[in-house]
Amino acid sequence: MNGRKSGLLLEVKDLTIHYVTDDGTVHAVENLNLSLGRGETLGFVGETGAGKTTTALGIMRLIPSPPGVVKGGEILFDGEDLLKKSESEMRGIRGAKIAMIFQDPMTSLNPVMTVDKQIAEMIRLHKNVNEGESLKLAGDMLELVGIRRERMHDYPHQFSGGMKQRVVIAIALACDPGLLIADEPTTALDVTIQAQVLELMKKLKQQFDASMILITHDLGIVADICDKVAIMYAGRVVEYADKRALYTNPAHPYTVGLFNSVPDLDEDRESLNVIPGLMPDPMDLPSGCAFHPRCTRTTDECAKKKPGMMEIAPGHFVACPQAHGEGRRRE
Amino acid sequence: MTSDYIRVESLKKYFHTKRGLLHAVDDVSFTVRKGETLGLVGESGCGKSTLGRCLIRLLDATAGRVLLCGGKCADIDVTRASKAAMKELRKRVQIVFQDPYSCLNPRLSVWELIAEPLIVNRVFPGKSAMRARVRELMNTVGLAERLENSYPHELDGGRRQRIGIARSLALNPEFIVLDEPVSALDVCIQAQILNLLNDLQREFHYTYVFISHNLSVVKHVSDRIAVMYLGKIVELSDYKELFVKPLHPYTQALLSAIPVAKLDVRKERILLEGDVPSPIEPPEGCRFMGRCRRCQSLCGEKTPPLREILPGHFAACHFMQDAAVDL
Repeated sequence: MNGRKSGLLLEVKDLTIHYVTDDGTVHAVENLNLSLGRGETLGFVGETGAGKTTTALGIMRLIPSPPGVVKGGEILFDGEDLLKKSESEMRGIRGAKIAMIFQDPMTSLNPVMTVDKQIAEMIRLHKNVNEGESLKLAGDMLELVGIRRERMHDYPHQFSGGMKQRVVIAIALACDPGLLIADEPTTALDVTIQAQVLELMKKLKQQFDASMILITHDLGIVADICDKVAIMYAGRVVEYADKRALYTNPAHPYTVGLFNSVPDLDEDRESLNVIPGLMPDPMDLPSGCAFHPRCTRTTDECAKKKPGMMEIAPGHFVACPQAHGEGRRRE
Repeated sequence: MTSDYIRVESLKKYFHTKRGLLHAVDDVSFTVRKGETLGLVGESGCGKSTLGRCLIRLLDATAGRVLLCGGKCADIDVTRASKAAMKELRKRVQIVFQDPYSCLNPRLSVWELIAEPLIVNRVFPGKSAMRARVRELMNTVGLAERLENSYPHELDGGRRQRIGIARSLALNPEFIVLDEPVSALDVCIQAQILNLLNDLQREFHYTYVFISHNLSVVKHVSDRIAVMYLGKIVELSDYKELFVKPLHPYTQALLSAIPVAKLDVRKERILLEGDVPSPIEPPEGCRFMGRCRRCQSLCGEKTPPLREILPGHFAACHFMQDAAVDL
């Protein structure tokens, strides 16, 4: 919780991850670039199969191999390339410096271990404390996430879904990590419980001065807690911008389509403007821009050339040549 | 003036569990008008799916009546209809299930899946007429004909849900219960299915009960919305009015909790404390009292009835006057 240096915490450069299977190669993540400043929250938005979770697992070096292969790129965390770390060095980083919250709290907790022991396990793994101290710290963490100390000896099944996710958050934050990766942390929860958990995450992120990558498919949650947004489609980031820029001036046709697909509470529309067609098969991506068969602005060029990232406004990157004219190339 | 299609009177559905009697649906009364979409929202475990299933007797109700008003024919009480009558009734009422991955037999092809209701009910004597009807249904729901020999596992969630919809339309029903039909789908596919359901209703004048936990989706499709909490309907109103003038404190909290995909619209968020209590042997009084901002001693003594507070706008709270002040 001490004052951390300013500047970039995480920089991912040209990350490419493939899954090599007997049926073919799945291009899960292709040439992905992104950066995250200290204290920032980055929203990672996309549909099922866009490569959001693969990217997160890639940063944690948790891609199951086989079939997963990190084909190339760099993941600079605090200036050091995580892809060059040994497995034992990574074990020191996971949990201590980068922690992850998974989607389903029902399955990410150990059902036969009381919650205080699960938190203490994390603390003892990374800090030089004895069992008694670690259990005391575990109790503190539980109180921090809004669970009464009396319940620390309970098992996960004795908690509701929202409470379980609070326990998971307590485990993730127990070692004061600089980066928190939350993979759809509230998707399994009801709206009123989701609101509670999001408020809690916002508060704790400030308190711990951590950066966060929030993976979600809900543009509403992004509007609520993120600073920056990356929109993913078929393994690539198609738009990356400040939240305000993205919501007021979405430039990529896919982003626009995504916004139009969400029913608006303030508007009365007979039918929604949908993006025609389906997500492409990641084993057999269309040539050129992966979105071109579904795009409203397709030109002949789109099928031939993969569009590069253009900066159409300071800090607003779009991978579409049609996006509002004369942007300048990123590199 | 639209007429009532379904009248639900004091419907109850209790389940016996090891820990006691679970009040899944507890004394619920409402009507569904002909040709409308009634949205049914609530959080997990509030009894919305159980209620949907009782409406078409996939579950036997513990008490109460579900009257199907037939227009020409006499009203039928779905909860007490004989087996033979039920079989006839099944052609008129259908359901689309939530999970398009588990509700289709994986060993049947698309063609067989859609033809199944036609075969079971012996609608067509010959194969060619049936084939034509299956093709027609596939066109109606937007499935390409080349898919007719595919199996469910080869298709994505959106297409599978289209099969589920085609199956429910096969017998020309009047009424369809849509039980979270888009919850398992991505937003883009979700939008496609919502548009499809909307178009079908306009063309064939179906009556829908649309069950969902997603308020934005429910608002988009519904004419009227019922909000459920722990087995009770706590508010029922026109879809627009519910969002502008929510009366029940639970509805207010629920609405304020929806994340909105826009900037600078942040309204005051009402954070509810704690979780939904257990529906097993619930105590007398208002079900929401433990989490309510307006709770007073009366709430623990008497269960508030669903009353018409404004024309066509029902709510179940003792302190509606305070509600008006809060707005």
